[in-house]
Amino acid sequence: MTVREVVSNNEEKGRDLLEAQVVTETEHANDPLLGPALITLEHIHKTYQMGDVEIHALRGVSLHIDRGEFIAIMGASGSGKSTTMNILGCLDKPTRGHYVLDGQDVSTLSRDELADIRNRKIGFVFQGFNLLSRTSALENVELPMLYLGLKSSERTERAREALEIVGLADRMHNMPNQLSGGQQQRVAIARSLVNHPSIILADEPTGNLDSRTSVEVMGVFQQLNRDRGITIALVTHEPDIAQYARRTIVFKDGRIKNDYLIKEPRSAREELESLPPIEDDEEDDE
Amino acid sequence: MNLFLTIRIAIRALTRNKLRSILTMLGIMIGVGAVIANIAIGQGASSQAQASIANMGNNMLFVQSGSMNTAGMRGGAGSSNTLTPDDAAAIETECPAVRAVSPAVFANGQLVFGNQNWVASGRIQGTNEKFPDIRSWPIAAGEFFTEGDVRTAARVCVIGKTVADNLFAGNDPVGLTMRIRNLPFRVIGVLSTKGQNQYGQDQDDTVIVPYTAAQKKMLSITFINQIMVSAVSPSATYTAESQITDLLRQRHKLGANQDNDFFVRNLTDIAELADANAKIFTNLLASIAGVSLLVGGIGIMNIMLVSVTERTREIGIRMAIGARSKAIRRQFLIESVTLSLAGGVFGIALGVAASIVISNTLSWPTLISPVSIFASVIFSAFVGIAFGYYPARKAAGLDPIEALRYE
Repeated sequence: MTVREVVSNNEEKGRDLLEAQVVTETEHANDPLLGPALITLEHIHKTYQMGDVEIHALRGVSLHIDRGEFIAIMGASGSGKSTTMNILGCLDKPTRGHYVLDGQDVSTLSRDELADIRNRKIGFVFQGFNLLSRTSALENVELPMLYLGLKSSERTERAREALEIVGLADRMHNMPNQLSGGQQQRVAIARSLVNHPSIILADEPTGNLDSRTSVEVMGVFQQLNRDRGITIALVTHEPDIAQYARRTIVFKDGRIKNDYLIKEPRSAREELESLPPIEDDEEDDE
Repeated sequence: MNLFLTIRIAIRALTRNKLRSILTMLGIMIGVGAVIANIAIGQGASSQAQASIANMGNNMLFVQSGSMNTAGMRGGAGSSNTLTPDDAAAIETECPAVRAVSPAVFANGQLVFGNQNWVASGRIQGTNEKFPDIRSWPIAAGEFFTEGDVRTAARVCVIGKTVADNLFAGNDPVGLTMRIRNLPFRVIGVLSTKGQNQYGQDQDDTVIVPYTAAQKKMLSITFINQIMVSAVSPSATYTAESQITDLLRQRHKLGANQDNDFFVRNLTDIAELADANAKIFTNLLASIAGVSLLVGGIGIMNIMLVSVTERTREIGIRMAIGARSKAIRRQFLIESVTLSLAGGVFGIALGVAASIVISNTLSWPTLISPVSIFASVIFSAFVGIAFGYYPARKAAGLDPIEALRYE
């Protein structure tokens, strides 16, 4: 199912708003290299009980994400974007509806089964980096493989590779407090991709970073998406950051308000090249 | 995730808060140390009591003649002449609970060798050839007299270490002839050192001669003062006591309303009471020390609860990247077990050191038992599991979303 069809089938869409959007062309939807939908959310409802009051965080969200997509999820606070991320990340279960990840309905799995899904199929990148303190970059990246049960030698090798991909091969023995914010976030990205997940979920990954470092981190995401075909969904409230993605989904009041493709995403690499070089963005780490 | 790795992670987590971990361990360490030291003290007392039983002889009983009663004047125990060598022989042959018997005759008198003289505080004891076996008192040099010496009332003697030191002053007394109550006796052996009895009396200050020689050559009597009896086992001493009583009442033709004209004294009785007291003492000390171990366990639980709260975010991260509840629970459980086991191991060292210091400075006998060390290790692991389980379960039950959001 193509993104376009999803959009048009979405009961909850704001039709007139959608029509106002520039993008209707779904360039990658016709890409024969992309397989069937990676993620399908069907009429997802999430209700929280706060004392006597029922809070409807999600009021029927349906969504398809294909392999290789790069999605920015936007919305105001309380719009349901975080709840959606938690459900996508198998950290939370929907009250109603179905979530099919990689052909498996995960909406009814047990706590431990969800832990295994998170371990194998989902990589997390957080706003606050969430690295284990006083643990080297290498060991932080090894952590997901520990729970996968890999051998020590394989763990180290794969962690090394992942750190090389994010350009931190020379920093692997540093502790998080010896790394800059951007470097820490790149360690977190390395950790998220080390188990070869189906999707990387990034929750405000640039929220704690300055603008130049933000561009660098977005550059890493774009590179992973472009060169390795890794599916990425990131939550952000900065429209600038969303411009690096290839598709934007906007939440409002527990529903998807808008879902559109970005015709010409910004290129972090080009922007970095045009930025005046600074001496060394890693100077603060010693 | 394998166990070895989990242990390594636990140790690393504990070394991050060194002071806190050490203080927490200290609780268990003092608890285990106290248990081991106290059990060592109790066991020392108990083994001392048992040693004094062994020192007295081989499951030993005494039969003493009763009080002489002449015209209403009573001479006290041992003063009558109702016990005979035949009584001793009858006890040996007719009481199944009895293993060996020796008649005993006591005399006082001066010992002379060359220009030295001495009066043995342990008296001159006349016995038969079974004396070393009954009293479990081996010969150090020479040999003990034989059945033949007893039959012929030979003038031979075996002397205690104190007598040898005082009369013979460095010479080997074996083969020399000394005078006992002015009669020449050839020294044929020296007894090994026995030390003091439980009343502080020097048991080595004695001379042993064949009881027949003492009867005929020194005292001109036919009766004996005492019968030394060795029962077949420690518990058989009680059976032996009643068998001897029945036999002697019959032999002395005592009617049902007549009192015994002898006393049977069971030494095991006294010693066992002392041993039982020592055991009560041990249990009391161990249970007091056990309370401190319990307090140590509560300390571990407290610290683990603090640790779980502090590391909520870490728990959230681990859960997000795929740790199952079980893995989290195991991680914290192993941390608390590592704490308590390490405390236990250091506690063993502390307990052993304390026992040594106590026995050296207070000269209390201590005995460190391997069982108490083994039990301490098991118990401290158990404390770690018991008091670590609740915090570990709390950690494993955290909601990953909440945990990740925790500041």
